Amino acid sequence: MATSRLFTNLDQIFILLRNWLVDFLPAALRPAAGIVLGVITIVCLFPGLFALTTVFERKGLGRIQNRLGPNRVGPFGFFQPVADGIKSLTKEDIVPFSANAVVHFLAPLSLVVAVFMEFAVLPMGRNMVLVDLNAGLLFFFSMSASTELSVFMAGWSSRNKYSLLGAMRAVAQMISYEVVLLLSSVSVVMIAGSLSLPKIVDAQNSYTGIFPHWYIFTPWGLAGFVMYAIAATAETNRSPFDLPEGESELVAGYHTEYSGFKFALFFLGEYLAMFAISGLGTTLFLGGWSAPFSFLTFIPSWIWFFSKVMLSIFVFIWMRGTLPRLRQDQLMNFAWKFVLPFTLLNLFVTALWRFMGDGWMRWVVCTVILAAAYVLMGRLSMRNEHFGPRRYRYAE
Amino acid sequence: MNALFYLLAAITICGGLAAVMLKHLVHCALATTVAFAGLALLYLQLDAQFAGFAQILVYIGAVAILIVFAILLTRGADLPKEGVFSSTWFVGLVIAAGVFAVLAWAVLESVRALPQHNAVPAVTVHDIGNALVGRYVLPLEIVALLLTAATIGAVIVAMHEKERPKP
Amino acid sequence: MLGEGILKGMAETAKNFFGSYVSKERMTTVEYPEERIPTIEAARVFPFLVYDGADWEAGLRCVACQICEKECPPKCIYIDKSKDKKPDYVGKQQFYPTRFDIDVSVCMSCQICVEVCPFEAIKMDNEFELATDDRFGGLLYDRKQLARSNEYYHSIHPTEASQVDARLGEEKAKVEAKAKAAAEAAAAKTAASAPPAPPTGGGS
Repeated sequence: MATSRLFTNLDQIFILLRNWLVDFLPAALRPAAGIVLGVITIVCLFPGLFALTTVFERKGLGRIQNRLGPNRVGPFGFFQPVADGIKSLTKEDIVPFSANAVVHFLAPLSLVVAVFMEFAVLPMGRNMVLVDLNAGLLFFFSMSASTELSVFMAGWSSRNKYSLLGAMRAVAQMISYEVVLLLSSVSVVMIAGSLSLPKIVDAQNSYTGIFPHWYIFTPWGLAGFVMYAIAATAETNRSPFDLPEGESELVAGYHTEYSGFKFALFFLGEYLAMFAISGLGTTLFLGGWSAPFSFLTFIPSWIWFFSKVMLSIFVFIWMRGTLPRLRQDQLMNFAWKFVLPFTLLNLFVTALWRFMGDGWMRWVVCTVILAAAYVLMGRLSMRNEHFGPRRYRYAE
Repeated sequence: MNALFYLLAAITICGGLAAVMLKHLVHCALATTVAFAGLALLYLQLDAQFAGFAQILVYIGAVAILIVFAILLTRGADLPKEGVFSSTWFVGLVIAAGVFAVLAWAVLESVRALPQHNAVPAVTVHDIGNALVGRYVLPLEIVALLLTAATIGAVIVAMHEKERPKP
Repeated sequence: MLGEGILKGMAETAKNFFGSYVSKERMTTVEYPEERIPTIEAARVFPFLVYDGADWEAGLRCVACQICEKECPPKCIYIDKSKDKKPDYVGKQQFYPTRFDIDVSVCMSCQICVEVCPFEAIKMDNEFELATDDRFGGLLYDRKQLARSNEYYHSIHPTEASQVDARLGEEKAKVEAKAKAAAEAAAAKTAASAPPAPPTGGGS
C-alpha cells in the first residue's frame, strides 16, 4: 500500500510540487500562478532538452560515420552546447544593408513563439497538460501552420537569393506535407472521437493481457504512423527532406543571413518543432504517457512520455545519418502521388475499422487492403521511375 | 472582458488599415495576417475554439501564404514607381463602402431576425462535427465538390503540355 | 518492395553506430593533438632553406639568384642580395641572401620555388602546425627561421635528399676533377714552358 502511494506521488510529483508552491499565494492568484509555473517549466525544460539533443545528435552522427564526435568540452563533450551558446551570444548580430530590418527581426521571434505554443496542449504525463483544450489537436496544427509564415518572413526579408529560394522551398514543402500530417491525424480522431489530446491518450490507456491498446498496433494505426512520421520529417525540415536548408545548393536556406543569437533562435525553433511533433506523434499513435506493458505502469507516466519522445528524436537522427537528400521534384511527387493517396486510403480503412465492429474480421480486411495498396503503389511508382539524366523543359 | 475586446478590435482594425495603407506589397500581406490573427483571437474571446483555431490554420497557415506566394511569383515585391494609389481609387472606395454596407446590414438584420440568446450555448467541437455531417452535409458536399473541381483545374493548368513533334 | 533500400541503409548505419563502440579498427579518425598519424614521406607544406655543415649562416646553399622570388605565383618571397661574396659548397665565390623572408599567410604551398631552384637550396617541409597568435610579425619567416640542416632534410624526405646529395656530390666531383685537370694542365704547362721564355699574347 505504502509503495503504491509512493509511486502515485512520484507520478504526480510535478503537479504536487506546483500545488505546494501555489498554495503560498492568495486564492485569487492561484490559477494564474499555476499556469505561469507551467509555462516557465516548459520554457526552461525544452531548451535544456534541445541543448542535450544537439550533443547527442553530433555524437550519434559521429558514431554512425565511425567518428567520435565532440568530446573536448567537459566530460565526454557534454558541455559543448554551453560553448555553442556562449559563441552564438557573443557573435555580432549582422543585419544585411538592404534587408527589411523589422521583418528580419520579427521572423525568428514569431517562429520560436509559435513553436513554444505547441507544447501547451501536449499531455506530458497523467494530468500534466498545460491547457486541456477541447480542440487541442486543431490548436497544435494551427500553431505549426503559422511557423510557415515566419519562415517566409525570414527568407524574404533577408534580400538574398538563397534565403528566398530556401523560404519558397520550405513553404511549398511544409504546405504539401501539412495536408498529410492533418489527414493521418484525422484517422486517430475518427477512432478516439475527440480532438482533445488527453482524451486521445485516455482512449489508448488500457491493456489486453499485458499488451497496450496503442493505435500503432492496429493496421490503420501503423499505416497512419508511418505516413505521420514521413510528414513530420518533412514538416520539421529534417534530412532527407532538408531541401530548404540544403547546404550544398542554398548555403543555409532561409536563415543564411542570420547570425549570432537570431540564428540560434532558428536552430532552437527547428529542434523545438521536432520535440513538439514527436510529442504529438507519441500522443496520437504511441499511447502518450501510458506504459508499454501493463506490469510497467508503476513507472511515472512522464518518464514514459519523455523516453518515447527521445526515442523518436533518435530515429530522426538515425535517418539523418543514413539517407541522402531528395530533389525538389522527387519531394513533391512523393507527397502528392504516394503519401497523400495512401493517407486518404488509410482514412477509408479507418472508417471500415470503426464500422465493422469487434472481431478478427476487421483485422484481416484492413491489413489486406493496406498491404495490397502499399505493394501495388510501390510497384507502380517504381516502374514509372525513369532513371537517367535530368531533362529540362525550357532550358534546351 | 470589454477591454480585451477593444484591444483585439484595435489590433484587427490596425492590421486591416495597414494592409491598405502600407506602401510595400509584402508588408501589406503581412499586415493582413495581423488582421486575420486579431479576428481569430476575437473568436477565441467569444469561446469559439473551433472557429478560432480554424481561422488561424486556414487564414494564417494557408491564405496568407497563398497571397505572399502570388505576390512573389507575379510582380515581384518591388515598389511601383508611379505611387501606390491607383487612379481609380474612388471606384474602389465606392465598392468597399457597398460591401461594408451589405455586411453591416446583414449583421444588424441577423440580430433582429434570429431569436435572442441570453445564455451563450456551449458548443463543443463534437457538436460542430455532428452538425457538419448531419444537418449541413449538403453544403459541405457542395463545397467539397467545388474544391475538387478547383484542384483538378489547377492540376490541368500545371500539367506538362504534350510534346509536339519537331518539324 | 518500396522502402526496402531505406531499411537496408538504416541497418548499415546501425551496424556502424554500435560497431564503433566495440572495435577500435572501425574508427577513421584519431584524437589529433594527443595522437598523430605519422606524416608520409611525400607530404609537403611550406618551404625551408637547406644549409650544409654546422653553421646555418655560412652553410646556406642559397645564392640569392632571385629566381624563386620571380617565379612565386603569390609573390610571397622577399630576397635581398648581398654586396660581398662567399664561397659555396664547391668553393666558387657566390652572393648570398642578406634577407630571405617568406610570408606564411600568402604562401600557397605550390612548390614552384623548389622546382625552379638551380642550387637545391629551397625544399618543402612537412611541418604543418604553423598557426600563431601574432598575425603580423609571426607569419613572416626570416632566413634564420627558414634554415634547416641537410640532416633534417634527410630525416623528412630521405629518398629525395639522398638523390639530391648524390647529384650535388657528382657536380662537386666534376668541378674538382676539372679543377684538378686544370691545375695539372697548368702545372704541366708551367713545367713544359719553364725553360723557354714565357709566351707573349695569345699567339703560338
